Amino acid sequence: MNRLSKRSFVQLAGWGSLAAIAMLAGCSKEEKTTTTTAPESTTTTTTTTSSTTVGAASAPATAASGPLKIAFAYVGPVGDGGWTFAHDNARKALEKEFGDKIQTSFVEKVPEAADAERVFRDMASQGNKLIFGTTFGYMEPMLKVAADLPDVKFEHATGYKTLPNMNVYDSRTYQGAYMAGVIAGGMTKTNTLGVVGSVPIPEVVRNINSFTLGAQSVNPKVKTRVVWVNEWFNPPKETEAAQSLINGGADVLMQNTDSSAVLQTAGKAGKYAFGWDSDMTAYAPNAHLASAVINWAPYYIKTTRDALDGTWKGNQHTWWGVKEGAIDLVSISDKVPAELKEKVEKVKAGLKDGSFEIWKGPITSNDGKEVVASGTTADDKFLGGINFFVKGVEGKVPGADKK
Amino acid sequence: MEQIALLVAATLNSGTVLAFAALGLLINERSGIVNLGAEGTMLVAAIAGFATAVHTGNDWLAFGAGAMAGAALAAAFGVLVIWLNTNQYATGLALSLFGAGFSAFVGIGYTQEKLGEQHAFRIPGLADLPFVGPAFFRQHPMVYLAIALTIAIAWFLYRSRAGLVLRAVGESPESAHALGYPVRRIRLAAVVVGGALCGVAGAYISVVYTHLWVEGMTAGKGWIALALTTFATWRPARVLLGAYLFGGVTMLQLQLQGQGVQVSTQFLTMLPYLATIVVLVLISRNATFIRVNMPASMGKPFFPQ
Repeated sequence: MNRLSKRSFVQLAGWGSLAAIAMLAGCSKEEKTTTTTAPESTTTTTTTTSSTTVGAASAPATAASGPLKIAFAYVGPVGDGGWTFAHDNARKALEKEFGDKIQTSFVEKVPEAADAERVFRDMASQGNKLIFGTTFGYMEPMLKVAADLPDVKFEHATGYKTLPNMNVYDSRTYQGAYMAGVIAGGMTKTNTLGVVGSVPIPEVVRNINSFTLGAQSVNPKVKTRVVWVNEWFNPPKETEAAQSLINGGADVLMQNTDSSAVLQTAGKAGKYAFGWDSDMTAYAPNAHLASAVINWAPYYIKTTRDALDGTWKGNQHTWWGVKEGAIDLVSISDKVPAELKEKVEKVKAGLKDGSFEIWKGPITSNDGKEVVASGTTADDKFLGGINFFVKGVEGKVPGADKK
Repeated sequence: MEQIALLVAATLNSGTVLAFAALGLLINERSGIVNLGAEGTMLVAAIAGFATAVHTGNDWLAFGAGAMAGAALAAAFGVLVIWLNTNQYATGLALSLFGAGFSAFVGIGYTQEKLGEQHAFRIPGLADLPFVGPAFFRQHPMVYLAIALTIAIAWFLYRSRAGLVLRAVGESPESAHALGYPVRRIRLAAVVVGGALCGVAGAYISVVYTHLWVEGMTAGKGWIALALTTFATWRPARVLLGAYLFGGVTMLQLQLQGQGVQVSTQFLTMLPYLATIVVLVLISRNATFIRVNMPASMGKPFFPQ
């Protein structure tokens, strides 16, 4: 009998400690302050009509309830040194800019699945009035939550669906890819470039194409090989993919994944690579040629200011690039010859003042079709739906022929 | 030809991570204890090894630190499930979650850290042979150690008295206990050794394989190792074979993609899992064989009378 009670006690303790761990994990996301934000949106505003009325209606709400609470949902850990790291840097810039007028919080590693919906609802119930979702996969969950909560403002990165209280925003990452390509084209000795792709969506395909176009602008003989890992963040797999590209003869690598693994692998093999999303010089100084970085701060500051001023508008598509200071190529290595550097600066200046366009015809796809006619420039709609490789990229975009 | 040599080399490298972890889990499970905490253990060992490598610059100390971290976590797990008889599966899962969170927490400061440049390892003389040189003899010493370890474990399990006792404990702890063997201590030792080997695998990932630390970086390798142990029916040679098979098909599918082969990449991504399962199921399809090899007391608590 004694043993029995001892045993059940021990089991109880085991399950209890498990529950405690689970609760601890839950608590870190809670911090309930129950801001009794009465039904401030008496929804007299016909949310479907002009968006200015929505902005006007929500303005007094923010003024009444202290600092504007802003929440961020991240797909990766803030410590990824890449995509999520860049978003979190912008969040910090936001706090610096507005001080105690705002209050920010974030939840990291939110999966691109139904779980995201719960996180968004959670954020709204904690009194956050401006919510950022920083990956494509949050589109549908966010759309659902936004439709239910018209008085909360939603900002979705890299998507394409909007609502009167939901905007989409993105950065022209392909401009950074193009500039990196210019350097890659000049630095390759084997005329073979390698790209580790994450998931074959238009954004990534566009980056691979732009990278290749940039390389071809200085070296027409260049060809690009692509390996997909079908994940955004998996360092061992990114390493393996980079290794296989190097084995195949590529000597300058680029990646559209979220960690610095590709750069590190290039460093180990004595090849070159680029930093992506964040400045990655420190990871492999000898292999690092430059970093194509995204600076989300200008947009975050702008949209937060709009929300504070009551001029925030929904249904907006914002796509910022070099011109607005959202994209840059930084920390160019000393190994890059001066003339290449000059070329990059020229491209950058051209993108800034609008005198240079990357997607200007004639551009042909790798199966020989002319996709952008000579003399014309591709519009954003075209860029948003790219599902082909340009000439010089080997292989086919997975799943492209199904559409 | 050169392509194939490089593919073989990459396969050995990739399989080594899984081999260490799965061999550790094999010893672990041979004693009758299932440790689902492998993934978390590997993550904690990865940061322990990485931090050690950053501060000392010595890879071997880093592997030692990884092994110690793994052993420490496994010891805690062992005390819980062997003496306090907590549920093995629940405790293992808790350990996995704890390891993921704890490693992320202590690793915050190391995300931006870098390790010194790595020099390529070569076996003098052999490394310069055509084909076999680049394929087999330019590997990190740990790759050869994994093979040596497999042989050592096979010998230990089937040729040594201590191995026989370990298997007896896993088959029938009651009988072993009746014969006077300290079942609980033997099990703890097996769990600790298993944890240490998972730790070596974790440190290998961060220090040698990817050469970086980011949280959650093992990305499921621990779970694959657990599955591998089962599909290889707890036989050391098959575990090693499975590890190389998994690594090989992973590298092959990436290589095929790089060559522009027109197969859906999603299908190719699935291939390593599929191929490993199919092959290991085929070689182990004999039901009696599985029953003979599977430790009979696995997952069950033991109360000495």
